[in-house]
Amino acid sequence: MTENTKQNYLNHPKGIMSWLLTLDHKRIGLMYLFSGILFFFLGGLIALVMRFELAAPGNDIISNDVYNNAYTLHGAIMIFLFIIPAIPGALGNILLPLMVGAKDVAFPRLNLASFYIYSFGALFAMYTIINGGVDTGWTFYTPYSTQSTSNVVPMTLGIFIIGFSSILTGLNFIATIHKMRIPGLTWYKLPLFVWALYGTSLVQITATPVLAITMVLLMLERFLGIGIFDPALGGDPVLYQHFFWFYSHPAVYIMILPAFGIISEIIPVHSRKKIWGYKFIAYSTLSIAFIGFLVWGHHMFTSGQSVFSQIVFSFITYFVGIPTGVKIFSWILTMYKGQVSFTPPMMYALSFLFLFTIGGLTGIFLGAVALDIHLHDTYFVVAHFHYVMQGGTIVAFLGGLHHWWPKSFGVMYNQTVANIAALGVFIGFNGTFFPQFLLGLRGMPRRYATYDEQFVELHSYSTFWSGILGISIFIAVMNLFWSFIKKNKVDPGSNPWGGMTLEWTHTSSPPHPHNFEEDPVLQHGPYDYDKVIVEKTYKK
Amino acid sequence: MLDRLTEYFFPKQVSTFASDIDNLYFFIFYSSVALFLIVVFGMLYLSIKYRHRKGEDLKLTSSKDHSNLLESMFFIIPLILVSITFVWGIRSYLQMIIVPDDAIEIKVTGQSWFWTFDYPDGGTTLNELVVPSNQPVKLVLSSKDVLHSFFIPVMRSKMDCLPNRYNVMWFDATKEGVYDIFCTEYCGTGHSQMGAKVIVMKPAQYEEWASELGSEDDDLPLDELGAKLYTKKACNTCHTLDGSALVGPSYLQTSQMWGQERVFDDGSSTVIDDNYIRSSILEPMTQIVAGYQGVMPTYQGLLSDRELDALIAFLKTLNEDSQI
Amino acid sequence: MSGHDPNSPRHLKHYFHDVNQQYETSKFAMWAFILTEVLTFAGLFVAYIVYRSWYPDMFIDAHKLLDVNKGLMNTIVLITSSLTMALAIWAIQKNNRKLSVLMLVATFLFAFVFLGIKYLEYSHKFEVGQLPGEFYSYMGPDAVHLNNPHIFFSIYFIMTGLHGLHVAIGMGLIAWLIYSTYKGNLTSEYYTPMEMIGIFWHLVDLIWIYLFPLFYLIG
Repeated sequence: MTENTKQNYLNHPKGIMSWLLTLDHKRIGLMYLFSGILFFFLGGLIALVMRFELAAPGNDIISNDVYNNAYTLHGAIMIFLFIIPAIPGALGNILLPLMVGAKDVAFPRLNLASFYIYSFGALFAMYTIINGGVDTGWTFYTPYSTQSTSNVVPMTLGIFIIGFSSILTGLNFIATIHKMRIPGLTWYKLPLFVWALYGTSLVQITATPVLAITMVLLMLERFLGIGIFDPALGGDPVLYQHFFWFYSHPAVYIMILPAFGIISEIIPVHSRKKIWGYKFIAYSTLSIAFIGFLVWGHHMFTSGQSVFSQIVFSFITYFVGIPTGVKIFSWILTMYKGQVSFTPPMMYALSFLFLFTIGGLTGIFLGAVALDIHLHDTYFVVAHFHYVMQGGTIVAFLGGLHHWWPKSFGVMYNQTVANIAALGVFIGFNGTFFPQFLLGLRGMPRRYATYDEQFVELHSYSTFWSGILGISIFIAVMNLFWSFIKKNKVDPGSNPWGGMTLEWTHTSSPPHPHNFEEDPVLQHGPYDYDKVIVEKTYKK
Repeated sequence: MLDRLTEYFFPKQVSTFASDIDNLYFFIFYSSVALFLIVVFGMLYLSIKYRHRKGEDLKLTSSKDHSNLLESMFFIIPLILVSITFVWGIRSYLQMIIVPDDAIEIKVTGQSWFWTFDYPDGGTTLNELVVPSNQPVKLVLSSKDVLHSFFIPVMRSKMDCLPNRYNVMWFDATKEGVYDIFCTEYCGTGHSQMGAKVIVMKPAQYEEWASELGSEDDDLPLDELGAKLYTKKACNTCHTLDGSALVGPSYLQTSQMWGQERVFDDGSSTVIDDNYIRSSILEPMTQIVAGYQGVMPTYQGLLSDRELDALIAFLKTLNEDSQI
Repeated sequence: MSGHDPNSPRHLKHYFHDVNQQYETSKFAMWAFILTEVLTFAGLFVAYIVYRSWYPDMFIDAHKLLDVNKGLMNTIVLITSSLTMALAIWAIQKNNRKLSVLMLVATFLFAFVFLGIKYLEYSHKFEVGQLPGEFYSYMGPDAVHLNNPHIFFSIYFIMTGLHGLHVAIGMGLIAWLIYSTYKGNLTSEYYTPMEMIGIFWHLVDLIWIYLFPLFYLIG
């Protein structure tokens, strides 16, 4: 029985208005997914242009100005239009109600509003691109951003608006998780992806208001000269940095926590084994969310802040790393005495373990104040955050897409092509970014359109592999879309991987418009592979 | 072997604290490599050993999800490693910020897009920081406009330059030579060209240089002096000699247009002559050439009258068929 | 199932099991939202504290330029409006629709008076040039010696302005409540929107209770 004969959320109700005005969290999730992927490709294309320019030292393809606009837009689009909104927005929206046994999120109309607010904010970002760009960096440091003639206001306005979307989504998810679980689904029986969304949402609602007010103050500084961040008007540029990083450091946890949640789902299912240290992973999610608010000053080690601040921020920064380390070991030990399948989701999960470990460990270098003095604002930092954000979050996101694609669309993709693309992503990523650690150690600063001859060799390697990375990501995503577009679709059944959480055990692929035909009754825990054998509905 | 690795990873160790910083790096590096290998080996070993073999039935798997011993180790070993890293990082940092009493003080001013250095006995250089070796040097940093950051890789030292207050950094250079300085806080179009050099000289040589500062060019003919100043005063950051437009018009073009009208962005125009060149250097914002942005800083106070004359003379020589 | 049960109340959404779950969820989410509002204003309070610590004398002198009487009036007006809001909820719990509407109208009027007094204050400042940032031009005898007075007025206008915006939004919500209650959509059985907007209104009041002394009183 294919999905066409049965009613599911994709084919019912019909018509474009039923999509544009939908209150179905799964449809809203898909809208986030497609917008997110669109912005991801846009940001990625800009990155490739940057990399090609950097293959040689001078201004070969683009001028300084174009390059400076490019790196700013790359950062702003990736962070504000893709990673922060789209990953909780896409996977979170599609899966959360399913995982807690609810028919929808707590406030579906608010959910739709969140999506439109995000789209509206994104329009401002697009306007910025058409109107000549902005070159301040995604960090908008003052006084350059208060004095620059580029499109600072449209971009910050767009970010301000998208912030509301973030807050409303966070509120919705928290209310859903607290109040809409089916009977018997206690906190410690929740899938860890739900814990991850919970931690993410807590950070979203507490940190984003501060970003909002920072952007407002920046805009007012430009319009009214209020005198808060610009020294020429009596203000302080370092105060801006404090305000900005107070949000933006927790923001990186918004970016990584959902990814941790995805890995916590993939590894037990594809190893058919109970997750190691469930409670620990759950608690560490909350502690990372909390401690993440206390470390923002480690982005400011060269700003001239007091020695006391330097010591405190460095100290707490190390605290945040320890729970993360324990998680990595827990994920690895989950495979012990399991039955591991090397499916595409698992390939991405293993990739994640490798790449995120490097990213996390290189954070240790940066947390040591004396060493950070040398490394700050060099390519070492660029490599570090790409390892955690791309090698971590994006790789986990791709894994999550491959894991839940059959559930969301009722089709199975070509796993061989997917695995090859995953390998390409892994190799291309390392080739692109590992040389950048060396570039940074040797002194190559970041945000440079041109550079000294001594750095050309490493830059050329980085550029070459970035091409491989780009092609691989493109193939991986196209392979997924192809599974849905092609004529002879492959039916995966309701539980192709043998998962034990509610979305696998109690819904069809794709799910019914109202998720469950009857209220699901909880029969076992989310990872009880030691107690129950769950069959896979798809044999390769 | 450690030396070879140090050379591979890092630029030269020139300051007195560079080797300590590099050692801190290697401590973290080796610890990280060890942890990383455990992670990679662990995951490859377990995933392969416990793989689902073809045709094997699905079975109930182990209940084991907890081990006090292992979990304590994952916690305690990293905790010990980061504690050492933290303490070492702070102790080394304290060395880097407590300025020795016998340091000589040089004022560093960053502005878009060049560096000015003012020396204790008077005298100024642009884009060239000259210091004696084996002598603590204290730099007092500030900016004239937006944020900049002053980075000398070989000294392992960096500090932001703010427009509303002074920041301090110091180093003690142990090896003579010429080394890179980079700006490491984005400051606009010319950020990547805002480089400079630090020249470390033997103390005796430095004394000599300091006393001659400002007078060494007294005997040079004007146009030769102008050629020197073209790079020394950072004009080359924004103006080329080959006709190509950069942030500002090429000197070659200006030279070839000598005696002709130049049009400005407000529609007005003036003839290119000695007076125009002088005012464009001292009051650049009053006449912005059409098609360019008004970003040139003023050189008021940074050039003596003779130096101005030298630049004008140099400019005139660029036009090959010059009859000026 | 609850959503399809013809006996279930009109206002019960199909994805909730019962009215109690729906009510509990709304209340929970409202408090979470209040948290985000507190954080937004907290950021501005931090800016206030930083600038006060940098220009302590200027703050003391500049604040004397504010009209304490109007500020006090506003405080009384807003606290009273919180009282009438609470009374509106009490009335609807007793199913007294008329009284509830009356109290809501009173709340609305008090809010209007608040904004009216604010308008008087703002327009006076515009007249004499006590404006934020680069528009500041007031050079009266009591202010001519001040160091960077535009900063005080920047923070004053941003904080009272953002607060005033919340008052205006609250007025819009209360107007909707007046309509809804008058029409009989809200009763003692279901008055959740009134309660939620009431919580919001109390927050707006609370924020003013911090703003008033910080700007008008501390010397």
